[in-house]
Amino acid sequence: MKELMSGNEAVARGAFEADVKLASAYPGTPSTEILETIAAKYRSVYSQWSPNEKVAYEVGIGASLGGARAMVAMKHVGLNVAADPFMTHSYTGVGGGFVLVCADDPEMHSSQNEQDNRHYAKFAQVPLLEPSDSQEAKTMLLAAYEISEEFDTPVLLRLTTRISHAKGIVEINDPIKTEQTKFTKDAAKYVMIPAYARGRHKVVRERLKKLQEFAEQSPFNVIENNGSKIGIITGGIAYQYTKEVAPGLDYLKLGMSFPLPMKMIAEFVKSHDKAIVVEELEPFYEDQILAAGIKVEGKKFFGHRGEYSPYRVAQGLKKAGVLKEIAIAEVPPEEQMFPRPPVLCPGCPHRGVFMALKKLKVTVTGDIGCYTLGTLPPLKALDTCICMGASIGTAIGMERVDGSRKGAVAVIGDSTFMHSGITGLLDACYNKSNVTVAILDNRATAMTGGQEHPGTGRTLMGGEAGQVDIPTLCRALGVKRIREVDAYNYDQCIKTIKEEMAADEPSVVITSRPCVLMPKRIMDEPYVVDLEACNGCSACFRISCPAIAAAEETNEHGHPKAIIDESLCTGCTLCAQICPEECIVLKSQFVKA
Amino acid sequence: MSDNEYSILIVGVGGQGVLLASELISEVAIRAGLDVKKSEIHGMAQRGGVVSSHVRIGPRVFSPTIPYGQADVLISFEQAEGLRAVDWMKKDGVAIVSTTSLIPAIVTSTKDLTYPYDALERMKKKLANVIGVEADAIARELGNPRLVNTILLGVMSGYLPFDTESWNEAIKTKVKPKFVEINLTAFERGRQLAAQQVKT
Repeated sequence: MKELMSGNEAVARGAFEADVKLASAYPGTPSTEILETIAAKYRSVYSQWSPNEKVAYEVGIGASLGGARAMVAMKHVGLNVAADPFMTHSYTGVGGGFVLVCADDPEMHSSQNEQDNRHYAKFAQVPLLEPSDSQEAKTMLLAAYEISEEFDTPVLLRLTTRISHAKGIVEINDPIKTEQTKFTKDAAKYVMIPAYARGRHKVVRERLKKLQEFAEQSPFNVIENNGSKIGIITGGIAYQYTKEVAPGLDYLKLGMSFPLPMKMIAEFVKSHDKAIVVEELEPFYEDQILAAGIKVEGKKFFGHRGEYSPYRVAQGLKKAGVLKEIAIAEVPPEEQMFPRPPVLCPGCPHRGVFMALKKLKVTVTGDIGCYTLGTLPPLKALDTCICMGASIGTAIGMERVDGSRKGAVAVIGDSTFMHSGITGLLDACYNKSNVTVAILDNRATAMTGGQEHPGTGRTLMGGEAGQVDIPTLCRALGVKRIREVDAYNYDQCIKTIKEEMAADEPSVVITSRPCVLMPKRIMDEPYVVDLEACNGCSACFRISCPAIAAAEETNEHGHPKAIIDESLCTGCTLCAQICPEECIVLKSQFVKA
Repeated sequence: MSDNEYSILIVGVGGQGVLLASELISEVAIRAGLDVKKSEIHGMAQRGGVVSSHVRIGPRVFSPTIPYGQADVLISFEQAEGLRAVDWMKKDGVAIVSTTSLIPAIVTSTKDLTYPYDALERMKKKLANVIGVEADAIARELGNPRLVNTILLGVMSGYLPFDTESWNEAIKTKVKPKFVEINLTAFERGRQLAAQQVKT
């Protein structure tokens, strides 16, 4: 049977077919749907969200050592968080097969950097598989378990956004049945004290040699001969783009790309006049091939940054002298057009806090989540955003060197706080910083689609869960000043944040309103603009609410008055609170008047 | 359009139903025994940003994204987004554009940004075949503003080589049972519009 599946759905299906017993993850675009699909469709696989990728990885190690097949999924930057267990897991090896599925985000569609995680495979000296479509994502996941068990190693299956989120046709198979063993005590293998770790590093090097031989024979490293003098070495999505624009060339398609099949590459290069490497992001193949003394070219034609496309590959091939004419059209200059960035939803509780912070003109250290949507004009609410949890540490450092003891305000969401904000707040208490930390508790991992977390009371699989109480947790860390505010009350937000910034100790301000989209959509009575009273001052435009639009009617200066789209307005009242003319009113009241 | 190869670009604003439209096209193509790839960006793009979905069908599809200038059909749920996407089109392609305007806060609150109310005219300068559809009005008339995507699909179906029966089957498979009937009606309205276009 065949089905149209995204790469993420294909990986989920693969986990089911491979008889994976446990899958753990922290949500992160573009990897999130892997675990969501497992939880929704393949209930024989136990699946869970962990508070962060490091814990998710460690849960996976435990399941594997316990003798079961395990899978851990995360986005590229998630592996930075999980790098600690990952690097040493390479030394201990596995029990049941272990696959780390990691989704990179070239072009940063929804990420803060575009690091190339193929380097992590080389860094940890573990095998790397790179699918180029949904079918391969599933096939390679199944093969990855065999490699993991045969060579006693974790395997990195590396996806990119265009693999994770593109759909293609996938052949569905029946699940296999694996024998689950028990944990076998073996301190020299699993307890990485220096004396044992030295021995294991030797094992890792020997394993790498065997994997090198294996890669030469891997069915995922394939030569496609079309009789051309130019040879293309490529892998992942770049293979598809290159085939699209130059189907007639000879190809060496790399699917198992660490360790590289260097003999195969040498042969391929020798049998062609010229070999060109086409790979998205870093010169991962190219540098290693050059280091092996084999002459290839690549990056100088295609570039290091951003996502590739058929057009971009065609341009590169033209530059390389491979394609004379680009068969596809030149890009005409893009139509001059306004930007349409993603914005905070109508009724988003973050908006009130951001308006208050803007009013107070404070420095705001931000974090990863929906609140990054408040960065662009007109809100312009965030001053820094580095990585998950960074808001608090950054604020502490700023406050320390500022000297005024009235330093930055850190803004962090509930899920991000659980992920890696707790230790930052602990630092603030321990080192007696006087930072103010605003925890925007909307009770969801909202940016990635409203996933559960330790504060929501529900698990990924839909069961009841242990639920952390944020104020109690903050008190336990040593915070004495904890205030709760209504994010829809603009004046209260201003007053509270101002008071807490003035306090000479760390404070936490927790907002109380849930996400308007999840778990259920919140729609209260909408507000309307009294157009006769509206003077077109545009104060309400500056809160960046998608429900507020320009009316056709203008004021005496030609500036548009405002209208509210009743189908979008959630009745959050923020615009009514900031309107100086008090002409934004509840719909029912307006009709009466 | 040759050898049953089609590249269809669907654009709109987060929340407009872009993804369901591309699911339906893919379903119809699979039923016709063709290879299908489709690609879109999730995540941040859902929050009122631009959403685009690329659908590619043919005997064998490589790239899941459409090369610039190679889209045979464009469906746009919003007129400025249609203009933004115009350079992805083949010169002889068909653009089906809902005449709706959605103006973001960044435009209403910033003096030097303007909204192109002349989007359709500007598209017509570049493409021979631009069809403006009052999809919002038709959807309201049918009693559900969320039918815009099915109406536009109905118009588009006039330009792809699949029969009405396959489209109806796809709608029955992908749409919730209680909305099937009204979606079939909306689809038919769109298909009739396309038939009128071809005649004139």
